Amino acid sequence: MSQDTRDKVGSALDVNAIRGDFPILKREVYGKPLVYLDNAATSQKPRQVIDALVRYYESYNANIHRAVHALGEEATAAYEEAREKVARFIGAPSIESIIFTRNTTEAINLVAYAWGRANVGEGDEIILTQMEHHSNLIPWQQLAAEKGATIRYIEIKPNGTLELGNLSELFSERTKLLALPHVSNSLGTINPAEEIVAEARKRGVTTLIDGAQAVPHMPVDVQAVGADFYAFSAHKMLGPTGVGVLYARPELLEEMAPFLGGGEMIRKVTLEGATWNDLPWKFEAGTPNIADVIAFGSAIDYLDALGMDNVRRHEVEVTTYAMERLRGLDDVTLYGPDDPDQRGGVVSFNFGDLHPHDVGTILDRHGVAIRAGHHCTQPLMRCLGVTGTARASFYIYNTQDEVDALIEGLKAARDFFE
Amino acid sequence: MSSEEFRRQESELDDLYRDIIIDHYRHPRHRGHLTAPSASHEGLNPLCGDEVTVEVVLDGTALGEIGYTGSGCSISQSSASMMTEAVAGKSVAETHKLIADFTAMMRGDESIDPDDLGDLEALSGVRKFPVRIKCATLAWHTLAEALKEAAPD
Repeated sequence: MSQDTRDKVGSALDVNAIRGDFPILKREVYGKPLVYLDNAATSQKPRQVIDALVRYYESYNANIHRAVHALGEEATAAYEEAREKVARFIGAPSIESIIFTRNTTEAINLVAYAWGRANVGEGDEIILTQMEHHSNLIPWQQLAAEKGATIRYIEIKPNGTLELGNLSELFSERTKLLALPHVSNSLGTINPAEEIVAEARKRGVTTLIDGAQAVPHMPVDVQAVGADFYAFSAHKMLGPTGVGVLYARPELLEEMAPFLGGGEMIRKVTLEGATWNDLPWKFEAGTPNIADVIAFGSAIDYLDALGMDNVRRHEVEVTTYAMERLRGLDDVTLYGPDDPDQRGGVVSFNFGDLHPHDVGTILDRHGVAIRAGHHCTQPLMRCLGVTGTARASFYIYNTQDEVDALIEGLKAARDFFE
Repeated sequence: MSSEEFRRQESELDDLYRDIIIDHYRHPRHRGHLTAPSASHEGLNPLCGDEVTVEVVLDGTALGEIGYTGSGCSISQSSASMMTEAVAGKSVAETHKLIADFTAMMRGDESIDPDDLGDLEALSGVRKFPVRIKCATLAWHTLAEALKEAAPD
């Protein structure tokens, strides 16, 4: 990487070189250069990932694990190599602990069904936070309703961090599970997952972390976090849609019954019954999303080459700049922690009395793509006393100039509604 | 971008946010609770989080009073305000007809001439912004539900 092509926003990444890898960043929207600031929803994909998809379909498309022919062997090897990359990327002890799902939501549902139905009963308790994405809320509400269990919530403080002062009071003899987001998708808050998990483990409580907004943006070592289950999605980290990951401690997976039944997950089947395949395949019934898993492996290669410390540093730089510029506008309310070290590359805000959707529509016409609304966190929005926020979220290819475009778009929105 | 293209976009935005829509957003009509509603219904747009509650008082077969409360984008709230003006004093049957015509207009049904709908024509520009159509129709679907509760068939 040559110094002169580094983006002026910071020195952590060669952003201009990175941008050259993303074909979509060359397009225009309504005649303006695309400024893509909706990365918490999904990231864009580099050429390397797109090429991996094309290569699979053009040269070795086959079903995996049972074929005796060359194509099947190549596809199997590539699919399992991606699993090894995932395991290494998040510091998992072995491939047995890596299960491919459709997305984070399916990974959490897998746990809610295969572990939750067997381990949570009437009168038991689950601890969640008030900042859950609906994907880490609804599966537990469904489980609690079915079993007669109750859910207790870690509250959020006005600065968008968790109120942990009374955490010990939330535990009881009946607490079976504690689940929380590693990074809030609405506020960007980085939660002290290790600390909270340690409190739960001390009490023998099983833990699950929704890492959808963490793994794409900062170094994550699942064994250091210490949770029993950790879930995230490929599409938010340069990979294709349709691939999620559930990391789980193999001992728990051994005890759990399968989530879905069918091909691949079995060892021996008779008309009377069946025995289950080894981990992790016991939890991967049916033909998996082969092409997308393989391409996800290329996404991990891409992030590995950049270095997750550098990814994180770049996001802190862009986020810091964005928060400064937003504070420079009159009438902007920022949500979440003020300290960029305590937040991921997510900036949620409201602008005067303009509704986030109206802001989003005007920005869109300026080529600036942001998210507007409740971000699948309706209870959190209620805590904040708003119906929604505008949210800009950054990734490796975002620049200072793009933050400037956001600010110009906001000024235009203000002028428009005046 | 060509200046022609720029004008086209600006005019699309102006179509979405017509003056009358902004006026209703800034100065809502019939906003607030009724003292003794015959029925009240809460409508939600789960996609965006828009919320509108419509309350009605029936006076025989006519809509005696109507009010709304809620929060959401300018389109959802102005549409609610414009709706209350459009239906005030109408019969329940006329109101149902207007709801049907308005939602048909928003769906792009060509049998409806937007100009026949008076001020509501201003909301036809929303059709160029497909994700916002539900914002515009939320209050209307909510009114239909409130009427069903107030005057079951």
